[in-house]
Amino acid sequence: MSLFDYKMSELHSLLHKKEISVSDLVSESFKRIHEVEEKVQAFLTLDEERARAKAKELDEKLATEEEFGLLFGMPIGVKDNIVTKGLRTTCASKILYNFDPIYDATVVQRLQEADAVTVGKLNMDEFAMGSSTENSGFQLTRNPWNIECVPGGSSGGSAAAVAAGEVPFALGSDTGGSIRQPAAFCGVVGLKPTYGRVSRFGLVAFASSLDQIGPITRTVEDNAYLLQVISGLDPMDSTSANVDVPDYVSALTGDIRGLKIAVPKEYLGEGVSEEVRQSVLHALKVLEGLGATWEEVSLPHSKYALATYYLLASSEASANLARFDGVRYGYRTDNAKNLIDMYKQTRSEGFGNEVKRRIMLGTFALSSGYYDAYYKKAQKVRTLIKQDFENVFEKYDVIIGPTTPTPAFKIGEKTSDPLTMYANDILTIPVNLAGVPGISIPCGLVNGLPVGLQIIGKHFDESTIYRVAHAFEQATDYHKQKPVL
Amino acid sequence: MSRISIEQVKHVAHLARLAITEEEAEMFTKQLDAIITFAEQLNELDTENVPPTSHVLNMKNVMREDVPAQGLPLEDVLKNAPDQQDGQFRVPAILE
Repeated sequence: MSLFDYKMSELHSLLHKKEISVSDLVSESFKRIHEVEEKVQAFLTLDEERARAKAKELDEKLATEEEFGLLFGMPIGVKDNIVTKGLRTTCASKILYNFDPIYDATVVQRLQEADAVTVGKLNMDEFAMGSSTENSGFQLTRNPWNIECVPGGSSGGSAAAVAAGEVPFALGSDTGGSIRQPAAFCGVVGLKPTYGRVSRFGLVAFASSLDQIGPITRTVEDNAYLLQVISGLDPMDSTSANVDVPDYVSALTGDIRGLKIAVPKEYLGEGVSEEVRQSVLHALKVLEGLGATWEEVSLPHSKYALATYYLLASSEASANLARFDGVRYGYRTDNAKNLIDMYKQTRSEGFGNEVKRRIMLGTFALSSGYYDAYYKKAQKVRTLIKQDFENVFEKYDVIIGPTTPTPAFKIGEKTSDPLTMYANDILTIPVNLAGVPGISIPCGLVNGLPVGLQIIGKHFDESTIYRVAHAFEQATDYHKQKPVL
Repeated sequence: MSRISIEQVKHVAHLARLAITEEEAEMFTKQLDAIITFAEQLNELDTENVPPTSHVLNMKNVMREDVPAQGLPLEDVLKNAPDQQDGQFRVPAILE
């Protein structure tokens, strides 16, 4: 039994009854990290000294004050593309191997204001480009359910750390499925908020029109608490939305009677494994039993989402990653004859192959003579994909399907062919293109590996997603299953 | 027919300020060709009258008051610099 088997509200009552202290919670985190990290390898950097000092400070506060932050005393891991002042932030890239940020991302600032305790930075695919965390420039993170399998990606460290019980909370980021897919593979709860719901200030940009930071946790309720803390308008991010943030936890009523669910036939068709299909159909039965109804619908442009995504995300990345040039921060080559040569050598030595591939694809798609045929064409198809979602949401409350076509795959299985790896994200990418929110929650176990159920909602309607996810969670016990490490 | 030639890949690498070896150029040509060929399935769709989406929310220019504020301290700005001199970033010679 671990303290992290309790949800936050239970831990808070133990804290107030003085049965545990914040220091106990932080110790629990580091104890578990020392036990399992050799196998899991989720963390790139630990911040033990500061975390323990912060815990003492919070224990003091618990004894003397009356007002506490919403995430009081909760240990949290942060994906390594979110900047943390004075705590190395690498994006799992050699080009930022020594980068020491001079400010905190807005989400990190909000975690501090909410009295959370950052314990360290989590591994990922380099610059969030990948679906298995195998593209990390530093280490291989393993799936806690089967260490021969990938944890998913790009937020593989975040999902694995929560699944392994190293931290009860983690932040990830999701550009084409990078929170939901690893959450599915690791059997945890991961939400990609509506585009604009959470500030991107301090999130190292990959594809700015798609990136969102989001919460990864064991339970839906904890997930809602973490989203509550990080959501809302931020003057430092002009794409953060000026839309009121509701009380997410109050949406967890358990009541989904009358809920109208759309199930896209494209999400249960070709490419989706039979076991995953059966798990999702079973989940739909559970939801029916709770008073919801479901119908098959079509998102006719789904098959074009993958191509659209790779053109748009790579184009945006090629511009965003131009800043890594060895001048102001990060790695610089030792052997350059002149400035241009320094740029080229630095970038070639600093970036891994997947990052180079996408920078080149994006540069090509944006280059004169190809812009209309590739980049602009993809932007137009993005409109059609977005309209598919709008049409379905005119009649339905949520869209439900699997998060991924299969459970976690073996390490090394898909690294040789980029297109095979990309195909993993066919069910999550459309959600980013449309900008709507989506969650993955556990809904089954196939050969010892978790299956993820994806629930997609309307713009800024994370509350309904949480309500459905919570009702499902209460009616099942998939979230109570834990990997044995 | 291939969508992208090895010369184009080398040119794109130069534009992106990436030094690539002959071997890498061959590998990237093959891989990029496969990805671009895959992407051409978008041509099945008639998008003549479809407006492009660059941003999913209906946001126009977001304005704020133009108020002077303190910039970052020089020490912070240069903290991560690989090379610096006299409060400035130092780089190799621009001309040989």
